Amino acid sequence: MTMERRNFLKLLGAGAGAATLGLAGCASTSKPKGGRKVVVIGGGYGGTIAAKYIRMMDSTIEVTLIERNDHYISCPFSNLYLGGILPDLSSLTIKYDKLAANHGIKMVQAEVTGINAAAHSVTTSKGVFNYDSLIVSPGIEFRTDEIKGYDAEIMPHAWKAGPQTVLLRKQLEAMKPGGTVVLSIPLAPFRCPPGPYERTSMIAMYLKQNKPGSKIIVLDANPDIVSKKGLFLKGWKKHYDGLIDYRPAKKVTEVDNKNMTVLIEGIEEVKGDVINIIPPQKAGHIAHVAGLVGPDGKWCPVNPMTFESTLKKDIHVIGDSSIAGAMPKSGYSANSEAKVCATNIVARMNGRELTEMSGVNTCYSFLSAKEAVSVTGVYTVDKEKNAIVPVAGSVGVSPDLSELEAVYAQSWVKNILTEMSS
Amino acid sequence: MRIKWSEMALALSALVVSTVAYAMPPSAAMLSNACAGCHGTHGASAGPSMPSLAGQSKVFFIDAMKKFKSGERPATVMGRLAKGYSDEQIVAMADFFAKQKPQAQNTAVDPVLVAKGKTVYDNACKRCHLENGKEFEEDTPIVAGQWLTYLQIQMNEFQSGARKMSDKKAEKVKPLTDADWEAVAHFYASQK
Ligand SMILES: Cc1cc2nc3c(=O)[nH]c(=O)nc-3n(C[C@H](O)[C@H](O)[C@H](O)COP(=O)(O)OP(=O)(O)OC[C@H]3O[C@@H](n4cnc5c(N)ncnc54)[C@H](O)[C@@H]3O)c2cc1C
Ligand code: HEC
Ligand code: HEC
Repeated sequence: MTMERRNFLKLLGAGAGAATLGLAGCASTSKPKGGRKVVVIGGGYGGTIAAKYIRMMDSTIEVTLIERNDHYISCPFSNLYLGGILPDLSSLTIKYDKLAANHGIKMVQAEVTGINAAAHSVTTSKGVFNYDSLIVSPGIEFRTDEIKGYDAEIMPHAWKAGPQTVLLRKQLEAMKPGGTVVLSIPLAPFRCPPGPYERTSMIAMYLKQNKPGSKIIVLDANPDIVSKKGLFLKGWKKHYDGLIDYRPAKKVTEVDNKNMTVLIEGIEEVKGDVINIIPPQKAGHIAHVAGLVGPDGKWCPVNPMTFESTLKKDIHVIGDSSIAGAMPKSGYSANSEAKVCATNIVARMNGRELTEMSGVNTCYSFLSAKEAVSVTGVYTVDKEKNAIVPVAGSVGVSPDLSELEAVYAQSWVKNILTEMSS
Repeated sequence: MRIKWSEMALALSALVVSTVAYAMPPSAAMLSNACAGCHGTHGASAGPSMPSLAGQSKVFFIDAMKKFKSGERPATVMGRLAKGYSDEQIVAMADFFAKQKPQAQNTAVDPVLVAKGKTVYDNACKRCHLENGKEFEEDTPIVAGQWLTYLQIQMNEFQSGARKMSDKKAEKVKPLTDADWEAVAHFYASQK
């Protein structure tokens, strides 16, 4: 015997029933919200999409998107610029004007300096903004205190795309042939699990083509390659044999900027002509200031259905900063999480039932100018564990290096950046 | 959106013990929005090798997803992703995308090839791909206005045998040369 849920709800007394019944799962109030103001912090992979989808789903909700810059440069594909496939970062740069105009989003270019959860307000360099629901998607901050002497101007991280990426590229260009590049990878979890290994491939490609006799030493704090191991090893052997010196379980703890040396666990010295340190990471600074970070001191625990913080009511955290269960810290995940969060904020503001999350991740990585591989996954909520888990069978990597995947990957980045900017 | 009595009992108990997590199963939009990172907002692709899904035939869509899932149709990512969805969810997504307005894309096409492709189309494709490929019928997809690069990739896969054709179609397209395929790809892509 079956019946329409909506009728069932009517049976129970319509609105009130929906509220008590449908919203029981979220951390905060189960009454439909009177307020219809959403503020989004961060105009990156997560924030732009959350703002856009809320407006697409309900144009009576007022959405303000606060971002410190007037443009955004994509980390995805920035390794291709380091490898010399892209001449510059222009194809990876988006502006916000079309997005704002198409969807009636209020863009504010400002630095968010504080969040007052009790007052439901956000303090910025351009004044105070009130919200009924707040979405926080500030990306990552670096735990530079764990690397003694770290200076990003000398040993760039290039893990936030922009001037840092350009600096690393210039250093590679200026390096003498026969030189050594050192790349340091932090302990997981970090933004984009396959990213450091894609970068290794792209730098190796650059060296092979432009700097004969050079090599790259990879110091990985992890016990092994974190993502797509078999495929990276295959690609490295095929294209860059003898050029990549991969060393697992080597955690860089200190640097000597003058002598261009890094220290592993304070003891073992490694010298480089160009040194790319990807420092260990944590949630974006503002998440720490606002008390959204969990007991690990690094990332933000959230409700897997709504991405509402389990620590602060009416504040939702998406993207790299959040603990999204099995979903990796990627641009695709941030995009997908933003839509889940937007759907349920809109539902709640309209006194409707919540919808279970369904998410996707895909990360493409380039091994050479023409070959890429991917990792995919479809995600759902395990209600018993109250956590995001993969759907069986959907998680996997490409069977081999693929030219076709390189072609599709180019359209992926075009589509996802178009989604964010229009 | 159907609810079983057993679920209703659970829901009723939630009224009493309001801590039990409860939410509707993922809606068609919830499922489909997750595809947009690759296929474009509401299935309107902006990338020349990624197929648009907006306005596509529901029957074809369901068929394609099932073939991806079983491995019958060659795929880079879709074989893995399709395994993440139940048959019911696939139907919901097919319905969602069928309802979206197709968006014209701006593929650059060669007018000489378009003209030549029209002849190929009239001879070998018209019976099934109706109205210059703008109409779908059952499991025959809309191909008009699809991205050129995507059409070329798919036609290559038909030619190589990696992607299976029905016997009828195989018979009909047997006489086609590589140049014919290339021309008809331009013709389809040129249709708005
Ligand atoms: C080299 C590299 C390659 C990658 N490749 C891929 C890939 O191929 N595929 C993939 O899916 N992912 C990839 N990623 C990961 C992807 O970049 C991130 O996962 C994604 O950017 C996370 O989105 P987000 O919204 O959490 O943060 P971001 O995209 O970083 O956005 C955060 C935004 O918030 C703004 N902001 C932060 N704090 C404030 C404040 N206080 N006030 C105002 N504004 C603020 C920032 O300026 C920024 O614009 C890659 C990452 C790197 C480094
Ligand atoms: C990582 C990018 C990516 C994601 C995410 C993705 N697709 Fe695809 N899709 C592709 C590619 C690439 C193809 C071509 C087949 C292949 O190589 O996998 C394709 C092909 C298709 C096709 C066949 C279209 C045609 O005209 O032949 C359908 C249908 C489809 N996808 C549906 C979906 C649905 C539904 C989702 C979300 C659940 C989805 N896709 C998510 C990349 C993606
Ligand atoms: C007998 C009927 C028939 C004929 C004739 C036919 N097709 Fe098809 N075509 C189909 C069907 C059915 C499908 C979907 C098959 C599948 O997905 O397995 C299809 C799929 C396609 C696709 C893939 C589209 C997509 O989005 O995945 C292309 C491209 C295509 N046909 C081109 C052509 C061309 C070009 C011709 C003529 C030279 C042609 N077809 C003739 C029935 C036909």
